[in-house]
Amino acid sequence: MAEAAIEIENLTKDYPYGFLQLKKKRSLEGLTMQVQSGEVFGFLGPNGAGKSTTIKLLMRLIFPTAGSARILGKPISDISMHRNIGYLPEQPYFYDYLTAAEVLDYFARFHDFAAEKRRARVAGMLKKVGLESAGQIQLRKYSKGMLQRVGLAQAILHDPEVVVLDEPMSGLDPVGRREVRDIILELKKQGKTVLFSTHILSDAEMLCDRVGVIVGGKLQGVGAPSEMVGLKAQGMEILFELSGAGESGKAVIAQATRTGDRYRLHVEESELYAAIDRLHAAGARILSVTQVKPSLEEYFMHLVAADRAQAAAVEVSGK
Amino acid sequence: MKRAGIVALNTFREAVRDRVLYNLVFFALVMMVAAILVGQISMGIEDEVIVSLGLSAISIIGLLIAVFIGVGLVSKEMDKRTLYALLAKPLRRWEFLAGKFAGLVLTLTVNTAAMAAGLFLALYYVKHSLERTDAVVLVAVYFILLKLALVVALAMLFSCFTSPLLAILFTGGLYVAGLFVHEMRGVGSALISPALAAILQGISYLLPNFENFDVMGAAAHGRSVAGALIAQNTAYAALYSLIVLSVASAIFSQRNLR
Repeated sequence: MAEAAIEIENLTKDYPYGFLQLKKKRSLEGLTMQVQSGEVFGFLGPNGAGKSTTIKLLMRLIFPTAGSARILGKPISDISMHRNIGYLPEQPYFYDYLTAAEVLDYFARFHDFAAEKRRARVAGMLKKVGLESAGQIQLRKYSKGMLQRVGLAQAILHDPEVVVLDEPMSGLDPVGRREVRDIILELKKQGKTVLFSTHILSDAEMLCDRVGVIVGGKLQGVGAPSEMVGLKAQGMEILFELSGAGESGKAVIAQATRTGDRYRLHVEESELYAAIDRLHAAGARILSVTQVKPSLEEYFMHLVAADRAQAAAVEVSGK
Repeated sequence: MKRAGIVALNTFREAVRDRVLYNLVFFALVMMVAAILVGQISMGIEDEVIVSLGLSAISIIGLLIAVFIGVGLVSKEMDKRTLYALLAKPLRRWEFLAGKFAGLVLTLTVNTAAMAAGLFLALYYVKHSLERTDAVVLVAVYFILLKLALVVALAMLFSCFTSPLLAILFTGGLYVAGLFVHEMRGVGSALISPALAAILQGISYLLPNFENFDVMGAAAHGRSVAGALIAQNTAYAALYSLIVLSVASAIFSQRNLR
Protein backbone atom coordinates (compact mmCIF):
# COMPACT_ATOMS: atom_id res chain seq x y z
CA MET A 1 0.00 0.00 0.00
CA ALA A 2 1.23 3.50 -0.83
CA GLU A 3 2.57 5.64 1.97
CA ALA A 4 0.35 8.46 3.23
CA ALA A 5 1.56 11.88 2.06
CA ILE A 6 -1.00 13.73 4.18
CA GLU A 7 -2.30 12.34 7.46
CA ILE A 8 -5.04 14.19 9.27
CA GLU A 9 -6.08 13.05 12.73
CA ASN A 10 -9.21 14.32 14.48
CA LEU A 11 -8.72 17.87 13.19
CA THR A 12 -11.24 20.25 14.73
CA LYS A 13 -11.62 23.99 14.38
CA ASP A 14 -13.88 26.33 16.33
CA TYR A 15 -14.17 30.00 15.45
CA PRO A 16 -15.06 32.36 18.29
CA TYR A 17 -17.66 35.01 17.55
CA GLY A 18 -19.81 37.61 19.26
CA PHE A 19 -18.75 40.89 20.87
CA LEU A 20 -16.59 39.21 23.51
CA GLN A 21 -15.71 36.29 21.25
CA LEU A 22 -17.11 33.91 23.85
CA LYS A 23 -19.45 31.99 21.55
CA LYS A 24 -17.98 29.38 19.28
CA LYS A 25 -18.95 28.11 15.87
CA ARG A 26 -17.58 24.72 14.89
CA SER A 27 -16.25 24.89 11.36
CA LEU A 28 -14.57 21.49 11.24
CA GLU A 29 -15.35 18.50 13.41
CA GLY A 30 -12.98 15.64 14.07
CA LEU A 31 -11.65 15.28 10.53
CA THR A 32 -9.60 12.13 10.12
CA MET A 33 -8.37 11.11 6.68
CA GLN A 34 -5.29 10.31 4.65
CA VAL A 35 -4.12 11.24 1.19
CA GLN A 36 -1.85 8.59 -0.27
CA SER A 37 1.42 9.44 -1.90
CA GLY A 38 1.05 10.00 -5.64
CA GLU A 39 -2.72 10.23 -5.70
CA VAL A 40 -4.99 13.05 -6.80
CA PHE A 41 -7.45 13.62 -4.00
CA GLY A 42 -10.52 15.79 -4.42
CA PHE A 43 -11.97 17.51 -1.42
CA LEU A 44 -15.61 18.14 -2.17
CA GLY A 45 -18.22 20.10 -0.35
CA PRO A 46 -20.63 23.00 -0.70
CA ASN A 47 -19.56 26.52 0.23
CA GLY A 48 -18.83 26.82 3.94
CA ALA A 49 -18.48 23.05 4.39
CA GLY A 50 -14.97 23.26 5.84
CA LYS A 51 -12.80 22.61 2.78
CA SER A 52 -10.81 25.85 2.96
CA THR A 53 -10.64 25.59 6.75
CA THR A 54 -8.97 22.18 6.42
CA ILE A 55 -6.51 23.45 3.85
CA LYS A 56 -5.70 26.56 5.89
CA LEU A 57 -5.11 24.35 8.92
CA LEU A 58 -2.70 22.22 6.89
CA MET A 59 -0.86 25.37 5.76
CA ARG A 60 -0.76 26.71 9.35
CA LEU A 61 -2.62 29.86 8.33
CA ILE A 62 -5.04 29.02 11.13
CA PHE A 63 -4.51 26.80 14.15
CA PRO A 64 -6.58 23.80 15.20
CA THR A 65 -8.77 23.68 18.29
CA ALA A 66 -7.94 19.97 18.48
CA GLY A 67 -6.25 17.29 16.43
CA SER A 68 -3.07 17.09 14.40
CA ALA A 69 -1.79 16.62 10.87
CA ARG A 70 1.38 15.43 9.21
CA ILE A 71 2.60 16.04 5.69
CA LEU A 72 5.31 13.81 4.24
CA GLY A 73 5.77 12.36 7.70
CA LYS A 74 6.48 15.71 9.36
CA PRO A 75 4.14 17.56 11.72
CA ILE A 76 2.66 20.60 10.03
CA SER A 77 4.35 22.87 12.58
CA ASP A 78 7.73 21.90 11.08
CA ILE A 79 8.74 24.76 8.80
CA SER A 80 11.01 22.54 6.68
CA MET A 81 7.87 20.73 5.50
CA HIS A 82 7.05 23.82 3.45
CA ARG A 83 10.00 23.18 1.15
CA ASN A 84 8.12 20.28 -0.34
CA ILE A 85 4.66 21.77 -0.45
CA GLY A 86 2.99 23.95 -3.03
CA TYR A 87 -0.14 25.86 -2.08
CA LEU A 88 -2.64 27.79 -4.15
CA PRO A 89 -4.96 29.86 -1.93
CA GLU A 90 -8.61 30.34 -2.84
CA GLN A 91 -9.02 33.45 -5.01
CA PRO A 92 -5.33 34.25 -4.82
CA TYR A 93 -4.15 37.83 -4.71
CA PHE A 94 -0.58 38.97 -5.08
CA TYR A 95 1.35 42.20 -4.89
CA ASP A 96 -0.19 44.70 -7.31
CA TYR A 97 3.05 46.52 -7.87
CA LEU A 98 4.96 43.46 -9.06
CA THR A 99 4.89 41.80 -12.45
CA ALA A 100 4.11 38.08 -12.68
CA ALA A 101 7.80 37.36 -13.32
CA GLU A 102 8.80 39.43 -10.27
CA VAL A 103 6.29 37.80 -7.94
CA LEU A 104 7.44 34.33 -9.02
CA ASP A 105 11.07 35.37 -8.61
CA TYR A 106 10.23 36.68 -5.13
CA PHE A 107 8.63 33.39 -4.09
CA ALA A 108 11.44 31.37 -5.69
CA ARG A 109 14.01 33.12 -3.51
CA PHE A 110 12.56 31.41 -0.43
CA HIS A 111 13.54 28.08 -1.94
CA ASP A 112 17.22 28.99 -2.26
CA PHE A 113 17.49 28.57 -6.02
CA ALA A 114 20.64 29.95 -7.60
CA ALA A 115 19.96 33.07 -9.70
CA GLU A 116 20.34 31.25 -13.03
CA LYS A 117 18.07 28.38 -12.04
CA ARG A 118 15.56 30.81 -10.56
CA ARG A 119 15.29 32.74 -13.81
CA ALA A 120 14.90 29.53 -15.81
CA ARG A 121 12.19 28.18 -13.50
CA VAL A 122 10.25 31.46 -13.52
CA ALA A 123 10.32 31.58 -17.32
CA GLY A 124 9.31 27.91 -17.51
CA MET A 125 6.39 28.39 -15.13
CA LEU A 126 5.09 31.46 -16.96
CA LYS A 127 5.10 29.41 -20.15
CA LYS A 128 3.40 26.49 -18.47
CA VAL A 129 0.48 28.56 -17.20
CA GLY A 130 0.11 30.51 -20.43
CA LEU A 131 1.44 33.84 -19.15
CA GLU A 132 4.62 33.94 -21.21
CA SER A 133 3.65 37.15 -22.99
CA ALA A 134 2.11 38.80 -19.89
CA GLY A 135 5.01 38.08 -17.53
CA GLN A 136 6.28 41.68 -17.53
CA ILE A 137 2.90 43.29 -16.84
CA GLN A 138 2.11 44.47 -13.31
CA LEU A 139 -0.44 42.27 -11.56
CA ARG A 140 -2.77 45.23 -10.98
CA LYS A 141 -3.70 44.86 -14.66
CA TYR A 142 -4.41 41.13 -14.44
CA SER A 143 -7.86 39.53 -14.65
CA LYS A 144 -9.07 37.09 -12.00
CA GLY A 145 -8.27 34.16 -14.26
CA MET A 146 -4.75 35.42 -14.89
CA LEU A 147 -4.15 35.81 -11.15
CA GLN A 148 -5.33 32.24 -10.71
CA ARG A 149 -2.67 31.14 -13.19
CA VAL A 150 0.00 33.10 -11.32
CA GLY A 151 -1.21 31.38 -8.16
CA LEU A 152 -0.87 27.99 -9.75
CA ALA A 153 2.58 28.85 -11.08
CA GLN A 154 3.88 29.89 -7.64
CA ALA A 155 2.43 26.71 -6.13
CA ILE A 156 4.42 24.38 -8.40
CA LEU A 157 7.41 26.64 -9.02
CA HIS A 158 9.74 24.72 -6.68
CA ASP A 159 8.68 21.27 -7.90
CA PRO A 160 7.03 20.25 -4.61
CA GLU A 161 6.11 16.66 -3.70
CA VAL A 162 2.70 17.68 -2.37
CA VAL A 163 0.51 20.26 -4.08
CA VAL A 164 -2.51 21.67 -2.25
CA LEU A 165 -4.90 23.67 -4.39
CA ASP A 166 -7.88 25.52 -2.93
CA GLU A 167 -10.55 25.85 -5.62
CA PRO A 168 -8.06 25.85 -8.52
CA MET A 169 -10.76 26.10 -11.20
CA SER A 170 -12.46 29.09 -9.60
CA GLY A 171 -12.66 32.14 -11.85
CA LEU A 172 -11.34 30.35 -14.90
CA ASP A 173 -12.97 30.16 -18.33
CA PRO A 174 -13.34 26.73 -20.01
CA VAL A 175 -9.91 27.04 -21.62
CA GLY A 176 -8.29 27.92 -18.31
CA ARG A 177 -10.09 25.06 -16.56
CA ARG A 178 -8.85 22.65 -19.17
CA GLU A 179 -5.29 23.92 -18.73
CA VAL A 180 -5.47 23.51 -14.96
CA ARG A 181 -6.84 19.99 -15.39
CA ASP A 182 -3.91 19.21 -17.70
CA ILE A 183 -1.44 20.56 -15.14
CA ILE A 184 -2.99 18.42 -12.39
CA LEU A 185 -2.80 15.35 -14.63
CA GLU A 186 0.82 16.16 -15.45
CA LEU A 187 1.60 16.44 -11.73
CA LYS A 188 0.01 13.04 -11.24
CA LYS A 189 2.14 11.59 -14.03
CA GLN A 190 5.21 12.95 -12.26
CA GLY A 191 4.15 11.08 -9.13
CA LYS A 192 3.19 14.17 -7.14
CA THR A 193 0.47 14.11 -4.53
CA VAL A 194 -2.32 16.57 -5.27
CA LEU A 195 -5.04 17.59 -2.83
CA PHE A 196 -7.53 20.01 -4.28
CA SER A 197 -10.83 21.36 -3.09
CA THR A 198 -13.65 22.03 -5.45
CA HIS A 199 -17.38 22.16 -5.74
CA ILE A 200 -17.22 21.44 -9.47
CA LEU A 201 -18.00 17.75 -9.34
CA SER A 202 -17.30 16.95 -12.98
CA ASP A 203 -13.68 18.05 -12.43
CA ALA A 204 -13.39 15.78 -9.42
CA GLU A 205 -14.88 12.83 -11.30
CA MET A 206 -12.50 13.40 -14.18
CA LEU A 207 -9.28 13.92 -12.19
CA CYS A 208 -9.44 12.23 -8.82
CA ASP A 209 -8.25 8.82 -7.71
CA ARG A 210 -10.26 9.37 -4.55
CA VAL A 211 -12.55 12.05 -3.22
CA GLY A 212 -13.60 13.05 0.26
CA VAL A 213 -16.99 14.69 0.72
CA ILE A 214 -17.31 17.16 3.57
CA VAL A 215 -20.63 18.71 4.54
CA GLY A 216 -21.30 20.90 7.57
CA GLY A 217 -17.73 20.48 8.84
CA LYS A 218 -18.00 16.68 8.94
CA LEU A 219 -16.44 14.20 6.57
CA GLN A 220 -19.28 12.20 5.04
CA GLY A 221 -17.29 9.71 3.02
CA VAL A 222 -13.98 8.96 1.31
CA GLY A 223 -13.36 6.73 -1.67
CA ALA A 224 -12.94 6.45 -5.42
CA PRO A 225 -15.68 8.40 -7.22
CA SER A 226 -17.17 5.17 -8.61
CA GLU A 227 -17.11 3.53 -5.16
CA MET A 228 -18.71 6.55 -3.59
CA VAL A 229 -21.79 6.49 -5.77
CA GLY A 230 -22.07 2.68 -6.04
CA LEU A 231 -21.64 0.71 -9.22
CA LYS A 232 -25.21 -0.50 -9.44
CA ALA A 233 -26.84 0.77 -12.61
CA GLN A 234 -30.11 2.62 -12.29
CA GLY A 235 -31.67 1.39 -15.55
CA MET A 236 -31.00 2.03 -19.24
CA GLU A 237 -31.47 5.03 -21.44
CA ILE A 238 -32.38 4.69 -25.14
CA LEU A 239 -31.77 7.67 -27.40
CA PHE A 240 -33.88 7.61 -30.56
CA GLU A 241 -35.36 9.63 -33.41
CA LEU A 242 -38.92 9.26 -34.63
CA SER A 243 -40.71 11.16 -37.36
CA GLY A 244 -44.33 10.80 -38.42
CA ALA A 245 -45.30 8.64 -35.46
CA GLY A 246 -48.43 6.52 -35.66
CA GLU A 247 -50.54 5.34 -32.72
CA SER A 248 -47.84 2.99 -31.39
CA GLY A 249 -45.23 5.70 -31.87
CA LYS A 250 -47.28 8.21 -29.89
CA ALA A 251 -47.54 5.75 -27.01
CA VAL A 252 -43.74 5.39 -26.96
CA ILE A 253 -43.19 9.15 -27.22
CA ALA A 254 -45.53 9.73 -24.30
CA GLN A 255 -43.12 7.82 -22.06
CA ALA A 256 -39.98 9.52 -23.42
CA THR A 257 -38.35 12.92 -22.84
CA ARG A 258 -37.81 15.13 -25.87
CA THR A 259 -34.51 16.96 -26.40
CA GLY A 260 -34.52 18.83 -29.73
CA ASP A 261 -35.33 16.30 -32.46
CA ARG A 262 -34.43 13.37 -30.27
CA TYR A 263 -36.11 11.39 -27.52
CA ARG A 264 -34.73 9.72 -24.42
CA LEU A 265 -36.51 6.73 -22.98
CA HIS A 266 -35.57 5.47 -19.52
CA VAL A 267 -36.36 1.78 -18.91
CA GLU A 268 -35.43 -0.92 -16.43
CA GLU A 269 -32.62 -3.19 -17.58
CA SER A 270 -35.00 -6.20 -17.68
CA GLU A 271 -37.36 -4.32 -20.02
CA LEU A 272 -34.66 -3.15 -22.44
CA TYR A 273 -35.26 -5.62 -25.30
CA ALA A 274 -39.04 -5.26 -25.13
CA ALA A 275 -38.66 -1.47 -25.33
CA ILE A 276 -36.32 -1.78 -28.33
CA ASP A 277 -38.88 -4.02 -30.06
CA ARG A 278 -41.62 -1.46 -29.42
CA LEU A 279 -39.44 1.32 -30.82
CA HIS A 280 -38.63 -0.73 -33.92
CA ALA A 281 -42.31 -1.44 -34.42
CA ALA A 282 -43.09 2.28 -34.15
CA GLY A 283 -40.47 3.07 -36.85
CA ALA A 284 -37.97 4.76 -34.51
CA ARG A 285 -34.27 4.98 -35.32
CA ILE A 286 -32.27 3.99 -32.23
CA LEU A 287 -29.14 6.13 -31.84
CA SER A 288 -27.67 4.78 -28.61
CA VAL A 289 -28.35 2.65 -25.54
CA THR A 290 -26.50 3.57 -22.35
CA GLN A 291 -26.45 2.31 -18.81
CA VAL A 292 -27.61 4.93 -16.31
CA LYS A 293 -25.39 5.21 -13.22
CA PRO A 294 -25.84 7.64 -10.39
CA SER A 295 -23.43 10.58 -10.77
CA LEU A 296 -21.17 12.01 -8.12
CA GLU A 297 -23.41 15.05 -8.24
CA GLU A 298 -26.47 13.02 -7.25
CA TYR A 299 -24.55 11.40 -4.41
CA PHE A 300 -23.27 14.81 -3.33
CA MET A 301 -26.71 16.41 -3.44
CA HIS A 302 -28.09 13.51 -1.44
CA LEU A 303 -25.49 14.12 1.32
CA VAL A 304 -26.12 17.87 1.33
CA ALA A 305 -29.89 17.35 1.53
CA ALA A 306 -29.46 14.86 4.38
CA ASP A 307 -27.25 17.31 6.29
CA ARG A 308 -29.73 20.14 5.80
CA ALA A 309 -32.62 17.92 6.93
CA GLN A 310 -30.64 16.97 10.04
CA ALA A 311 -29.82 20.62 10.76
CA ALA A 312 -33.48 21.55 10.36
CA ALA A 313 -34.52 18.69 12.70
CA VAL A 314 -32.05 19.87 15.34
CA GLU A 315 -33.40 23.42 15.01
CA VAL A 316 -37.01 22.24 15.40
CA SER A 317 -36.21 20.04 18.40
CA GLY A 318 -34.26 22.96 19.89
CA LYS A 319 -37.38 25.08 19.75
CA MET B 1 17.60 35.82 8.60
CA LYS B 2 18.20 35.46 4.87
CA ARG B 3 14.45 34.97 4.37
CA ALA B 4 13.70 38.09 6.41
CA GLY B 5 16.10 39.91 4.08
CA ILE B 6 14.10 38.76 1.04
CA VAL B 7 10.92 40.17 2.63
CA ALA B 8 12.74 43.39 3.54
CA LEU B 9 13.92 44.04 0.00
CA ASN B 10 10.44 43.43 -1.35
CA THR B 11 8.97 45.80 1.24
CA PHE B 12 11.41 48.47 0.12
CA ARG B 13 10.48 47.83 -3.52
CA GLU B 14 6.79 48.10 -2.58
CA ALA B 15 7.38 51.46 -0.89
CA VAL B 16 9.29 52.79 -3.88
CA ARG B 17 6.64 51.62 -6.37
CA ASP B 18 3.82 52.93 -4.19
CA ARG B 19 5.52 56.32 -4.57
CA VAL B 20 6.23 56.71 -0.86
CA LEU B 21 9.45 58.56 -1.71
CA TYR B 22 7.43 61.22 -3.55
CA ASN B 23 7.22 63.01 -0.19
CA LEU B 24 10.77 64.11 -0.94
CA VAL B 25 9.40 66.49 -3.56
CA PHE B 26 7.25 68.11 -0.87
CA PHE B 27 10.24 68.33 1.47
CA ALA B 28 12.40 69.85 -1.27
CA LEU B 29 9.75 72.50 -1.91
CA VAL B 30 9.53 73.33 1.82
CA MET B 31 13.30 73.68 2.07
CA MET B 32 13.56 75.81 -1.09
CA VAL B 33 10.83 78.19 0.01
CA ALA B 34 12.29 78.34 3.53
CA ALA B 35 15.81 79.03 2.25
CA ILE B 36 14.59 81.92 0.10
CA LEU B 37 12.27 83.44 2.71
CA VAL B 38 14.39 82.91 5.78
CA GLY B 39 17.03 85.40 4.68
CA GLN B 40 14.37 88.08 4.44
CA ILE B 41 12.53 87.49 7.73
CA SER B 42 15.15 86.25 10.22
CA MET B 43 18.26 88.39 10.28
CA GLY B 44 21.28 86.64 11.81
CA ILE B 45 19.57 83.39 12.77
CA GLU B 46 18.94 82.03 9.27
CA ASP B 47 20.84 78.79 9.91
CA GLU B 48 18.98 78.14 13.19
CA VAL B 49 15.63 78.58 11.46
CA ILE B 50 16.63 76.40 8.54
CA VAL B 51 17.90 73.61 10.84
CA SER B 52 14.82 73.73 13.08
CA LEU B 53 12.46 73.80 10.14
CA GLY B 54 14.32 71.06 8.26
CA LEU B 55 14.58 68.71 11.24
CA SER B 56 10.91 69.29 12.10
CA ALA B 57 9.91 68.47 8.53
CA ILE B 58 12.10 65.33 8.50
CA SER B 59 10.55 64.23 11.77
CA ILE B 60 6.91 64.90 10.81
CA ILE B 61 7.15 63.38 7.33
CA GLY B 62 9.00 60.38 8.75
CA LEU B 63 6.42 59.93 11.49
CA LEU B 64 3.55 59.99 9.00
CA ILE B 65 5.27 57.31 6.91
CA ALA B 66 6.24 55.23 9.96
CA VAL B 67 2.73 55.23 11.44
CA PHE B 68 0.57 54.89 8.34
CA ILE B 69 2.77 52.52 6.37
CA GLY B 70 3.94 50.71 9.50
CA VAL B 71 0.36 49.84 10.41
CA GLY B 72 -0.35 48.72 6.84
CA LEU B 73 2.71 46.47 6.64
CA VAL B 74 0.92 43.53 8.23
CA SER B 75 -2.75 44.48 8.06
CA LYS B 76 -2.68 45.11 4.30
CA GLU B 77 -1.10 41.72 3.68
CA MET B 78 -3.79 40.09 5.81
CA ASP B 79 -6.67 42.04 4.24
CA LYS B 80 -5.54 41.40 0.69
CA ARG B 81 -4.52 37.85 1.58
CA THR B 82 -1.13 38.22 -0.10
CA LEU B 83 0.20 36.65 3.08
CA TYR B 84 -1.42 33.27 2.40
CA ALA B 85 0.86 32.19 -0.42
CA LEU B 86 3.87 33.71 1.33
CA LEU B 87 3.42 31.87 4.63
CA ALA B 88 3.09 28.58 2.75
CA LYS B 89 6.74 29.05 1.79
CA PRO B 90 9.52 28.07 4.21
CA LEU B 91 9.17 31.37 6.04
CA ARG B 92 8.49 31.72 9.75
CA ARG B 93 6.05 34.35 10.88
CA TRP B 94 8.68 36.18 12.93
CA GLU B 95 10.91 36.27 9.88
CA PHE B 96 8.08 37.87 7.94
CA LEU B 97 7.63 40.52 10.66
CA ALA B 98 11.36 41.14 10.94
CA GLY B 99 11.60 41.50 7.16
CA LYS B 100 8.69 43.93 7.00
CA PHE B 101 10.23 45.99 9.81
CA ALA B 102 13.65 46.05 8.18
CA GLY B 103 12.13 46.94 4.80
CA LEU B 104 10.31 49.97 6.13
CA VAL B 105 13.30 51.08 8.21
CA LEU B 106 15.40 50.82 5.04
CA THR B 107 12.83 52.97 3.22
CA LEU B 108 12.86 55.50 6.04
CA THR B 109 16.67 55.52 6.04
CA VAL B 110 16.82 56.31 2.33
CA ASN B 111 14.07 58.89 2.74
CA THR B 112 15.68 60.53 5.77
CA ALA B 113 19.12 60.54 4.15
CA ALA B 114 17.71 62.28 1.07
CA MET B 115 15.92 64.85 3.24
CA ALA B 116 19.09 65.40 5.29
CA ALA B 117 20.98 66.06 2.06
CA GLY B 118 18.29 68.59 1.13
CA LEU B 119 18.61 70.23 4.55
CA PHE B 120 22.39 70.60 4.14
CA LEU B 121 21.92 72.08 0.67
CA ALA B 122 19.50 74.66 2.08
CA LEU B 123 21.92 75.34 4.94
CA TYR B 124 24.76 75.85 2.46
CA TYR B 125 22.54 78.17 0.39
CA VAL B 126 21.85 80.32 3.45
CA LYS B 127 25.34 80.29 5.05
CA HIS B 128 27.41 79.87 1.86
CA SER B 129 29.56 77.41 3.82
CA LEU B 130 29.35 74.38 6.12
CA GLU B 131 31.20 74.12 9.42
CA ARG B 132 32.31 71.28 11.70
CA THR B 133 29.59 72.18 14.20
CA ASP B 134 26.98 71.47 11.54
CA ALA B 135 27.81 67.79 12.01
CA VAL B 136 25.50 67.80 15.02
CA VAL B 137 22.63 68.13 12.54
CA LEU B 138 23.59 64.66 11.32
CA VAL B 139 23.32 63.37 14.90
CA ALA B 140 19.86 64.91 15.16
CA VAL B 141 18.86 63.22 11.90
CA TYR B 142 20.22 59.91 13.19
CA PHE B 143 18.15 60.27 16.37
CA ILE B 144 15.06 60.98 14.29
CA LEU B 145 15.74 57.76 12.41
CA LEU B 146 16.07 55.80 15.66
CA LYS B 147 12.79 57.29 16.83
CA LEU B 148 11.10 56.35 13.55
CA ALA B 149 12.33 52.75 13.82
CA LEU B 150 10.77 52.52 17.26
CA VAL B 151 7.50 53.99 15.96
CA VAL B 152 7.44 51.41 13.13
CA ALA B 153 7.89 48.61 15.68
CA LEU B 154 4.99 49.96 17.76
CA ALA B 155 2.76 50.39 14.69
CA MET B 156 3.48 46.79 13.69
CA LEU B 157 2.77 45.52 17.20
CA PHE B 158 -0.67 47.17 17.31
CA SER B 159 -1.56 46.11 13.78
CA CYS B 160 -0.96 42.48 14.81
CA PHE B 161 -3.99 42.38 17.08
CA THR B 162 -6.27 45.29 16.26
CA SER B 163 -7.82 47.14 13.32
CA PRO B 164 -5.67 49.56 11.27
CA LEU B 165 -7.57 52.59 12.57
CA LEU B 166 -7.11 51.60 16.20
CA ALA B 167 -3.48 50.71 15.53
CA ILE B 168 -2.90 54.23 14.15
CA LEU B 169 -4.60 55.76 17.20
CA PHE B 170 -2.67 53.59 19.66
CA THR B 171 0.66 54.28 17.97
CA GLY B 172 -0.05 58.01 17.76
CA GLY B 173 -1.20 58.07 21.39
CA LEU B 174 1.85 56.22 22.60
CA TYR B 175 4.13 58.54 20.63
CA VAL B 176 2.56 61.62 22.19
CA ALA B 177 2.70 60.04 25.67
CA GLY B 178 6.36 59.16 25.02
CA LEU B 179 7.15 62.84 24.52
CA PHE B 180 6.15 63.59 28.11
CA VAL B 181 7.89 60.89 30.14
CA HIS B 182 10.11 63.38 31.99
CA GLU B 183 7.07 65.44 32.95
CA MET B 184 5.33 62.28 34.18
CA ARG B 185 8.31 61.45 36.37
CA GLY B 186 8.45 65.00 37.65
CA VAL B 187 4.86 65.22 38.85
CA GLY B 188 5.27 65.54 42.58
CA SER B 189 3.05 64.18 45.31
CA ALA B 190 2.10 67.79 46.12
CA LEU B 191 -0.12 67.82 43.04
CA ILE B 192 -1.46 64.25 43.10
CA SER B 193 -1.65 61.45 45.63
CA PRO B 194 1.62 59.59 46.34
CA ALA B 195 0.11 56.34 45.04
CA LEU B 196 -0.90 57.94 41.75
CA ALA B 197 2.50 59.61 41.45
CA ALA B 198 4.17 56.22 41.93
CA ILE B 199 1.92 54.62 39.31
CA LEU B 200 2.62 57.47 36.91
CA GLN B 201 6.34 57.07 37.49
CA GLY B 202 6.12 53.33 36.85
CA ILE B 203 4.21 53.90 33.60
CA SER B 204 6.74 56.50 32.49
CA TYR B 205 9.49 53.87 32.61
CA LEU B 206 7.44 51.47 30.52
CA LEU B 207 6.59 54.05 27.87
CA PRO B 208 9.01 54.60 25.00
CA ASN B 209 11.00 57.67 25.89
CA PHE B 210 10.85 59.79 22.74
CA GLU B 211 12.08 62.90 24.54
CA ASN B 212 15.63 61.52 24.61
CA PHE B 213 15.74 61.52 20.81
CA ASP B 214 15.08 65.25 20.58
CA VAL B 215 18.33 67.22 20.15
CA MET B 216 16.86 69.76 17.77
CA GLY B 217 17.79 72.68 20.06
CA ALA B 218 21.43 71.59 20.23
CA ALA B 219 21.53 71.07 16.47
CA ALA B 220 20.02 74.47 15.74
CA HIS B 221 22.55 76.22 17.98
CA GLY B 222 25.54 74.14 16.92
CA ARG B 223 26.03 72.62 20.40
CA SER B 224 27.67 69.22 20.45
CA VAL B 225 25.91 66.05 21.55
CA ALA B 226 27.74 63.71 23.93
CA GLY B 227 28.94 60.43 22.46
CA ALA B 228 27.44 58.66 25.48
CA LEU B 229 23.99 59.91 24.51
CA ILE B 230 24.45 58.62 20.97
CA ALA B 231 25.41 55.19 22.32
CA GLN B 232 22.62 55.24 24.89
CA ASN B 233 19.93 56.22 22.38
CA THR B 234 21.15 53.63 19.88
CA ALA B 235 21.06 50.87 22.48
CA TYR B 236 17.70 52.06 23.82
CA ALA B 237 16.04 52.16 20.38
CA ALA B 238 17.49 48.76 19.41
CA LEU B 239 16.49 47.06 22.65
CA TYR B 240 13.03 48.63 22.87
CA SER B 241 12.32 47.80 19.20
CA LEU B 242 13.53 44.23 19.76
CA ILE B 243 11.21 43.80 22.74
CA VAL B 244 8.24 45.32 20.89
CA LEU B 245 8.89 43.16 17.81
CA SER B 246 9.25 40.06 19.99
CA VAL B 247 5.84 40.71 21.54
CA ALA B 248 4.39 41.42 18.06
CA SER B 249 5.91 38.18 16.81
CA ALA B 250 4.48 36.17 19.72
CA ILE B 251 1.00 37.58 19.01
CA PHE B 252 1.24 37.23 15.23
CA SER B 253 2.53 33.66 15.47
CA GLN B 254 -0.71 32.63 17.18
CA ARG B 255 -3.02 34.62 14.99
CA ASN B 256 -5.56 32.87 12.77
CA LEU B 257 -5.58 34.35 9.25
CA ARG B 258 -9.14 34.29 7.98
